[in-house]
Amino acid sequence: MKFIKEDLTEQIAAAAAGRKQIVIRGGGTKAFYGNAITRSEQLVELDVTPYAGICSYEPSELVMTARCGTLLSDIEAALDEQNQRLAWEPPHFGDGATIGGAIATGLAGPGRMAAGGASDFVLGTVLMNAEGQELHFGGTVMKNVAGFDMSRLLTGSMGVFGPILEVSFKVLPKPIANITLLRHCTLREAFECFAQWQARALGVSAASWIPQDDAQDGTLYVRVSGAEPAVRQARQVLGGELVEETEAQALWRSLREQTHPFFSDTVWRICVPPQADPVNESVPLVEWGGAQRWLRQVSDVTNIRHAAAQRGGHATLFRAGAGTNQPADGVFHPLSDGVAGITRRLKSNLDPLGTFYSDRLLRNI
Amino acid sequence: MFILKSEKRVVMDVSAELQHASQAVESATDFSELIAELHRGLPAHCVLSRPEEKKPFECDGLTLFKAMPGLVVLPENEEQIIHVLKTCKKFSVPVVPRGAGTGLSGGATPHSQGVLLGVSKLNRIKRIDAQAATAIVEPGVRNLAVSEAAAAHDLYYAPDPSSQIACSIGGNIAENAGGVHCLKYGLTVHNVIRLRIVTIDGDIVELGADAPDAPGLNLLPAFIGSEGMLGIVTEVKVKLIPKPQLARVVMASFASVEAAGEAVKNIIGSGIIPAGLEMMDKRATHMVEPFVNAGYDLEAEAILLCESDGTEAEVQDEIGRMEKVFSDCGATRLQVSQSEQERLRFWAGRKNAFPAAGRVSPDYYCMDGTIPKSQLAHVLGEMVKMEEKYQLGCANVFHAGDGNLHPLILFDANDPDSVRRAEDFGADILELCIRVGGTVTGEHGVGLEKINQMCSQFSREELDAFTALKKAFDPDMLLNPTKQIPTLNRCAEYGRMHVHGGQIAFPDIERF
Repeated sequence: MKFIKEDLTEQIAAAAAGRKQIVIRGGGTKAFYGNAITRSEQLVELDVTPYAGICSYEPSELVMTARCGTLLSDIEAALDEQNQRLAWEPPHFGDGATIGGAIATGLAGPGRMAAGGASDFVLGTVLMNAEGQELHFGGTVMKNVAGFDMSRLLTGSMGVFGPILEVSFKVLPKPIANITLLRHCTLREAFECFAQWQARALGVSAASWIPQDDAQDGTLYVRVSGAEPAVRQARQVLGGELVEETEAQALWRSLREQTHPFFSDTVWRICVPPQADPVNESVPLVEWGGAQRWLRQVSDVTNIRHAAAQRGGHATLFRAGAGTNQPADGVFHPLSDGVAGITRRLKSNLDPLGTFYSDRLLRNI
Repeated sequence: MFILKSEKRVVMDVSAELQHASQAVESATDFSELIAELHRGLPAHCVLSRPEEKKPFECDGLTLFKAMPGLVVLPENEEQIIHVLKTCKKFSVPVVPRGAGTGLSGGATPHSQGVLLGVSKLNRIKRIDAQAATAIVEPGVRNLAVSEAAAAHDLYYAPDPSSQIACSIGGNIAENAGGVHCLKYGLTVHNVIRLRIVTIDGDIVELGADAPDAPGLNLLPAFIGSEGMLGIVTEVKVKLIPKPQLARVVMASFASVEAAGEAVKNIIGSGIIPAGLEMMDKRATHMVEPFVNAGYDLEAEAILLCESDGTEAEVQDEIGRMEKVFSDCGATRLQVSQSEQERLRFWAGRKNAFPAAGRVSPDYYCMDGTIPKSQLAHVLGEMVKMEEKYQLGCANVFHAGDGNLHPLILFDANDPDSVRRAEDFGADILELCIRVGGTVTGEHGVGLEKINQMCSQFSREELDAFTALKKAFDPDMLLNPTKQIPTLNRCAEYGRMHVHGGQIAFPDIERF
């Protein structure tokens, strides 16, 4: 591993010396995400997958430390043996998904609203900076206020500050019991349910509504997790039809991995407060109890961005299918002036030569 | 945190900057132009310049570090905060933000040449949305006041630092405050959804969003715990959570600290995340029992308090599993609270450990290191050796579930030698925490108090990265200067170098 790390240092140094820009690549399963990379001779790819392996895992500490190239599937298998899990349910989007990619993109799965997002679980990171030096931030302990929380800042940073060589994250025991209930209902009825459940201690760990053929009719799925008595009680309160557990797991996996047919082509991600009014575009697939809405058709980018912002959220062209052009200002929602200014200074302070390619996340910064 | 009962001032490791600043107090910098400019945007009663008005602000919860602030400004709204910051920027005057002043690491220790900016007057709870389970509050709102206001909707705000009756949400954000229940419900960073801040340039910036995430870099969690170095918070949106129907606590006694540590490991290992999991060693129980009569087992070398919350059925189920783990780990005594009154009594000792320490010892010094739980027995063993080495007693209360230690070093401030030994003892504990893979501060913050240990925990490049973030928000370094992130010079002065991989961090600086 020392050799691989030295090799990464050398590649970074060589790129910096040659005034090239580095694009970091893990498993490449999320390569579709973010602004399209403008390929040029000035760009070099840094493959971090060889730097792999679980460094430490102590189940009773609820902490694992892994190198960036470690396969997400290997991590989940190791956790599974100890009856633990990654509670933010990071999407894989392919067999080669790595923990480094999961942290760098910061994406979360169906359990996001109940469990928290990727950055809520990140405790420490080792960053390799543009000079090839290793910077250690945070650590393996749950509570740590020594210095700024760079590790959570790096989560979702899409490589703009360099490769996250190692990451320490909190893991959780698997819930003792899970059940999934369904009911057929309209989108409006689904939102009424989400609203009723949100402030109650029912153990709802995921809630989604899936439309039936672009119609207002669809199916509401709700997952409840916890101790047996709590799950039993919640089932009575929530009502609906019990989904067989293997089928339920397949359903939640198909949403997390976007293998559900709804996601077969272009999708926009509208992230808003759970009870925000619907955005009148096409019929959405709704996740996160209303907070994450997927749209297959968006006719006017300015309108959708405006509508999302008005509701306290933002709109992203998450996956562009064939024939879908990326918006001129990029796939991500434009930043406010204040945030853009801080971001610009932060990037230039931490990476003054601009060695790490940043357009994928930050366009016009 | 040094608690000094005696009035005698003891000069410990006050930062050089601060000493310098204190000496300059009486040389009375002329603030008249600054005051005149401030008055253009603030009512006269919001600007305090007379010594008797400024005196109450000379320190925070870390009472050892005192400095008379150049000016105290207590704005009443966001517009006035913008005016204060723009004015300070114009005059290049440092600004030290202050919440309720309960911080334990000197994060709000004033700057004698600067403005102490108190946000206590921004104390409105603007909105509680019961259905969405959120609250929008101003930074001066007290932590407990949020839960009190939410109680009507059967909701509460989860982070519950011991000072929650007095500390403010703004201060909680500065420190990323935790509490007894953070093992299950998270720290401040896990419970804040959106912040509205004013930068030193007077710009309003929103971090986070009403939605679960925001575009661009993840700036919100980087701001939380930044000790007032990055901006002034003017509005906070927090998550509220449903109040559990019931909470009960198991109190378990153990014949050794190691056995108690093993029990902590097994509780978590068995898949239980308790609502609270605290440990007290024998010295701590003996110290608090006469004070609170909680009924602690005084024979035990260590006791654990382990709480379960939820519905009646859930709690019953979980308590049963907790009792089994403790029995299997050789607990010598097990008691389960049978009423809310009894539950509070069990907790009373833990919550009153600090005042109890004040009764048995002239003074005490509370540390805040965090360690991996697997290192607990080793660290406690080392601390026993240190007690002998420094000839001082040390009682341990410990957020066992998340590895956060609060050793209370008992000393006498009237005896300079005892003071020196207490200080060395404390520094030794922190260095030990770093060595076993932990950190120098779990929840009290760096402030001024632990600025030296930052040099041990971080390399020059790491400190540079912190400064890069600082300068992205505050290029002129006017907000809370000299706190949290030590300068290179300071580290060289401290003489304890970060050593990583056998390399010395500051090879270019001469050492003796």
